Amino acid sequence: MLGIFSAIVLVYLLIPIVYTIVFSFNDYRRTNIVWRGFTFDNWLGVCNAQGVCQAFGNSILIAVVSTVVATAIGTAAAIALARYRFRFKSATTLLIFLPMATPEVVLGAGLAAQFLTAGIQKGILTVILAHVMFCVSFVIVTVRARVASVDPSIEEAGRDLYGSPAQVFFRITLPLLAPGIAGGALLSFALSFDDFIITNFNSGPATTFPKFIYTAAARGIPAEANVIASAIFILAIAAVLISQIAAAARRKRLASR
Amino acid sequence: MAITAFAPTIGAGAPSGDTRRGGRTALLLLLPGIAYLALFFLAPLVSLILTSLQTPRLYGDIGQYDYAFRIENYADVVGEYLPQILRSFGYALVATAIALVISYPLAYFIGVALRRYPLAQSLLLVLVIAPFFISFLLRTLAWKQLLSNDSLVVQGLQALSLLGPGEYFIGSPAAVIFGLVYNFVPFMVLPLYASLERLDIRYLEAGSDLYAGAFTTFRTVTLPLSMPGIVSGTLLTFIPAAGDYVNASRDFLGSPDTSMLGNAVEANFLVLQNFPAAAALSIILMAAILVLVAVYVRRSGTDELL
Repeated sequence: MLGIFSAIVLVYLLIPIVYTIVFSFNDYRRTNIVWRGFTFDNWLGVCNAQGVCQAFGNSILIAVVSTVVATAIGTAAAIALARYRFRFKSATTLLIFLPMATPEVVLGAGLAAQFLTAGIQKGILTVILAHVMFCVSFVIVTVRARVASVDPSIEEAGRDLYGSPAQVFFRITLPLLAPGIAGGALLSFALSFDDFIITNFNSGPATTFPKFIYTAAARGIPAEANVIASAIFILAIAAVLISQIAAAARRKRLASR
Repeated sequence: MAITAFAPTIGAGAPSGDTRRGGRTALLLLLPGIAYLALFFLAPLVSLILTSLQTPRLYGDIGQYDYAFRIENYADVVGEYLPQILRSFGYALVATAIALVISYPLAYFIGVALRRYPLAQSLLLVLVIAPFFISFLLRTLAWKQLLSNDSLVVQGLQALSLLGPGEYFIGSPAAVIFGLVYNFVPFMVLPLYASLERLDIRYLEAGSDLYAGAFTTFRTVTLPLSMPGIVSGTLLTFIPAAGDYVNASRDFLGSPDTSMLGNAVEANFLVLQNFPAAAALSIILMAAILVLVAVYVRRSGTDELL
């Protein structure tokens, strides 16, 4: 009973994904709404649809820069929060939690109002500034959980063995935190790449991949957009599945020893 | 903020290396993140409040405003956008309830029933988060096409007289709520799974040993123990759903009759350039959510949100 119900919910979650992938192979002429036949043309000429590859390039650039910055400052803050006690700690925690509890329209409109007041032209830079802001909190929460699960006495042992603070950090702390940092970075990349609401308020004339889809929705999405989305999906799912199966195999090997 | 603000407080549980130098290290590590959030999260909220009190510049062009303490802006937007405000919270509430009802059994299945099959657990979790890897705008448009007027689903509903001959699904409140549920179900499943996965099965066995029926055990044991997951799942669904404007927009699943608060903010900010109205609406949304969250978290008796 429970299994059947769960299967139905999972199918419901996956139907639009299957639809998107199937329609990336549609031999569409003007609008990619009805099925007209199978073709590889959209996959072979992804950039044929006007503007789609430029929007995709912008999204990648924004996601990479935002992820690098958010991961760096977020990891530092996460270590401080998990390892040290200081005054105003609960206020700091609240400040980190609030952006995640704020609706995206409010974040988007607030930043746009600030850029307007400060007279800053909207473009790719303002989108990056906005994305780093909402990614930082997610990185902090993800990395903090990892820091909390790592035993500080391992670092202490490193110090006892006369490791310099830099040696201890780069050879002990960082490798131990790596899975958490990778998780935070991945989350941040995905959030930035798929963000539409905040981007729409702060991008001005610059397009991103989600903004391209939103604008094209009124007149019809070219199948090339489905190709890009499907390719990313397939790559991401393959990466996640491989890492999950590898982790399970490792656990099994350790258990059988 | 002075460095002394971060001076370590001596207390139980503090890591042993926690000295005065630790306080300074903590400050240095935190400073970039805190400064960033102050500059690009707190300051924009202040900007939003100031903008919401502006008045059109005398003899100015469209989109030019001056600061004035014009609190009437709030009364104006409530008067003009009351339906959108009510729809926003109404749709989000219904969507959250539906999402909870369909997510709980799935989270229970993965977290409790499949506990002895870790590989199956992680594979099903991958399926739950799979939608995150594909653009949510494209997924929503896929539903628009699948549920379009000449689709099998709509023809079926018409054949069953659940829809009249000239009535369609897309553009209705039900379609918008359907989209909100779809887009936010993973946000509900993940925290529910996290709390059900930790559930000690021996409690459930104790329940049945004490002759409690399945329903009684669920109501008195499982449900209370999964409360933290329910609280964070409902918040993670309700908050973005109340602020969403993609599902309700005309080019996606909605129509002008289903527009939500987010649509009003977008239209005022990006199209009409009525920045004070957009700001006032955003502040209303933010304030309402903060009040609701505070009351809800206190009521449900959990504050383990982080």
